[in-house]
Amino acid sequence: MNVRHLVFGVACGAMLGVTPLATTAVAQDSIYVPLLTYRTGPFANSGIPIANGMHDYLAMLNERDGGIGGVKLNIEECETGYDTKKGVECYESIKGKNPTVINPYSTGITLQLIPKAAVDKIPILSMAYGLSASAIGEKFPWIFNPPATYWDGLSMIFRYIGGKEGGLDRLRGKTVGFIFLESGYGREPIPLLEQFAKDYGFNVKLYSVAGKEMQDQSAQWLAVRRDRPAWMIMWGWGAMNPTAVKRAAETNYPMDKFIGIWWSGSEDDARPAGPGGKGYLTLNLHGVGANYPAIHDIVKHVVGKGKSQVDKSKVGENLYNRGVYNSVLSAEAIRNAQKITGKKVVNGADVRRGLETLNISEARWKELGLPEFAAPITAVSCADHNGHHAAYMQQWDGTKWVKVSDWIVPMKDKVRPLLEAAATDYVTKNTGWPKRSEACDKQS
Amino acid sequence: MDLLYKIFLEPFVQMGTAPDLLVQTLWEGMVGGMLYALIALGFVLIFKASGVFNFAQGIMVVFAALTLIGLHAQGIPAFVALALTIAVMFALAWSVERIVLRPLVNQPDIILFMATFGITYFLIGFGELVFGGDPKTMITEELFLPKGSWDIKMLGGFVSLQKIDVAAAIIASIMVAVLSVFFSKTRIGRALRAVADSHKAALSVGISLEQIWVIVWFAAGLVALVTGIMWGARSNVSFALEIIALKALPVLILGGFTSIPGAIVGGLIIGVGEKLGEFYWGPLVGGGTDSWFAFVIALIFLMFRPQGLFGEKIIERV
Repeated sequence: MNVRHLVFGVACGAMLGVTPLATTAVAQDSIYVPLLTYRTGPFANSGIPIANGMHDYLAMLNERDGGIGGVKLNIEECETGYDTKKGVECYESIKGKNPTVINPYSTGITLQLIPKAAVDKIPILSMAYGLSASAIGEKFPWIFNPPATYWDGLSMIFRYIGGKEGGLDRLRGKTVGFIFLESGYGREPIPLLEQFAKDYGFNVKLYSVAGKEMQDQSAQWLAVRRDRPAWMIMWGWGAMNPTAVKRAAETNYPMDKFIGIWWSGSEDDARPAGPGGKGYLTLNLHGVGANYPAIHDIVKHVVGKGKSQVDKSKVGENLYNRGVYNSVLSAEAIRNAQKITGKKVVNGADVRRGLETLNISEARWKELGLPEFAAPITAVSCADHNGHHAAYMQQWDGTKWVKVSDWIVPMKDKVRPLLEAAATDYVTKNTGWPKRSEACDKQS
Repeated sequence: MDLLYKIFLEPFVQMGTAPDLLVQTLWEGMVGGMLYALIALGFVLIFKASGVFNFAQGIMVVFAALTLIGLHAQGIPAFVALALTIAVMFALAWSVERIVLRPLVNQPDIILFMATFGITYFLIGFGELVFGGDPKTMITEELFLPKGSWDIKMLGGFVSLQKIDVAAAIIASIMVAVLSVFFSKTRIGRALRAVADSHKAALSVGISLEQIWVIVWFAAGLVALVTGIMWGARSNVSFALEIIALKALPVLILGGFTSIPGAIVGGLIIGVGEKLGEFYWGPLVGGGTDSWFAFVIALIFLMFRPQGLFGEKIIERV
C-alpha cells in the first residue's frame, strides 16, 4: 500500500464523515419543502405551469422575505412524470430529509401515500385533488385536501346547471354525459354523480378515455353525438383536455353546456380548439392573471432574476396561479406551525397542526398580496380537512378565461354525509387502520 | 336474455336506425386505421432491415414533429423548416447507424432491441431539453393543410368529414404506396430483404449493411415526421403523442412484422374494429374498450395465423 492510496482513502473517509454533518447543518437552518412535480412525460403540459407556480411563490418568499419567519425554505423538486410508481420513489427518497409537507400533485400518488403519511408523520397536502373522503380529519389526520373536494366540485357544477335549467328537477328524464380520464382521478366523482342521477331523475352516460386514447377520443365523441346529452361534464388532465375541447367543437356540441372541473381549465386546454372552443366552461378556485402584488413580486424577485423556469408570458396563466395557490397553502401552514409551536424550524408534525388551523381570511389574502384571489379559507379544522370552500365558473372567450358566475358554494349537506360514509368504508376495508391519536389544537 | 339482446341485436338495430352514424363510425375508423398503419409502417421498415422491433418509433414521431415546430418558431418559413427537419431525421438515422447499430452488428436481436430503448430515452431527454414539455400547436395552416369540415347530408342524418382527416388519409395512402413500390421493386428493397434474412450472408454478397440501415432508419424517420404532422394537426404535439405508438402493436401482430401491405390492412381492420367495438358494444362494459379491443382482435387472429395476415411463415428444420 503506498502513501498516495492511504491519503486518498483518508480523504474519502473524511468526506463521507463530514457530508452527513453538513446535511444536518443545512436541515437545521432551513425548512425543507419538497415538491413532487412533473415537467416531463405525457402530462407535462399540465404539470409544467403548476410546478413553476409552486416553485416561484416559495422562491419569492426566500428572495423577498428571507423565507418564512426568518427561516429560509429549502425547495427541492422531484420529477414524477405523473407516474405513481415514480412518485412513491420520490416520497421514499425524501421522507428521511425532514419534509414539512408533501405535495404529490397526482391523485394516483396521493392514494399510495395516504397509508404512509400517518406512519412517517408527514402531512400530505393534496390541494383539491386526491381522495375526497380524506377530508374527514378524524379518519385521516395526516391528509389535507382544501379548498374543495372533487365531490364539492361536482356539486358546484350541478348548482350551476340547476341555475341555468331553472332548477335541478328540470333535469328529470334528460341525459348528462361524463367524460373522464380512466384513472383514480377520473373515477373519483362517479359515486356522487350516480347519487345525483337518482336524486334528480336524470340519466348518466359515462365516456371513459384511456391514457392511450387521450389524443384521439373520436369514438367517445361519436357516442356523445349519438346520446345527445343535455350537459357534458369533464374530468380530464394532460393531453386529454385540449383534444376533448377540439372534438366537442368538431362534433358541434354546444360549448356552453360543456363544463370541466378545475383541472380542465388551462389556457392550453381551450386555445388549440381555436374559435370552436369559445364558450367552454370550467370551474376555477382562484383568480387568473398576473395583476396581483404577490405575482408582481414573483416577477421582480424570481422570474426577472432568471431564477425560474417559466416563460414570462405564462406568468399568471390559470395553472401557474394554481401552483401559486398551492404554495400559499403550504406557506401559511408553515407560518401557522411556527406560531403554534413557537419554533422557527418546524417539522412535519408541526405543519400538520398548522394545516389543521389554516385560516386565510379575505383580509389575509390582501396582506399576502393576493386580494380577492380566492375564496377565504376559513373552514379547515381538526374534523374537516377540506373546508368545502367555494369556486366559480369561468368561460373561454376565444382568447382568455372570463369569470361568468359568483362564488358557488358546494352542496355540503349532500357531500358531507357521503364523504363520511366513504371514509368509514375506507377505514373498514383497510384492516388495522390507526385510530386518530393526534390532539386537536384550540384554534381548530 | 336482455344481455344477449344487447350483444347480438341492439347494435345492429342501431346501425339500421341511424345509418349515418354507422358511416361516420366507419369513416373515423378508417382515418384512425390509416394513421395506425403509418406508425406501424415505421416499425415494419426497421424490422424488415434488421429483425429488430424499434421501440423508439413513437418518440421519433414526437421528435420529428417538435423539430418542425421548433424550427418554424425560430422564424424559418414552414417549408424550409420541413426540409431542415427531413435533414435532421437523416442525421438521426446516420447517427443511430454509426453510434448504436454498427458496434452491434451480429449481436443477438435482443441486444439491438435493448439499444432502441436507449435511443428512446435519449430522444425523450434530448427532446425535452431542447423543446421543453409544453404542448405545441402543429403549423397546419403554414403547411397548407386544410381546416374545418364538410358536413354531408345523407341517410336521414349527416356525416361530418374533417378536412384534415381527409388530407391525412390521402397523404398516408400516397406515402404507403410510394414506400411499397420503393421497397418491393427496387434494388434497395431486395437488399433490405437480404439483410433481414442474414446480416452475414448479405455482407458476403456485397450489400452494405451500413447503407441499408441508414436508409431504413431515414425512411422510418420520414414516416415518423408525416405521422407527427397528421396526429399533431388532429390534436396537438406533446410527449403524450409517444403513447400512440402502442396502438401500432396490434396492427403489427395482425398484419405481420415484415409486410407493408399487412401494416395497411392491419391498420384498417384495427381502426375500424375498435371504433365499431367502442361505439356499439363499448357501453355494455362501461366504455373505454378502444384501449384493449384492438389487442383482442389481434389475439383472435394470432390463434389462426401466428405469423399475422401477411407475415412470412417461418419454417425451421429440426
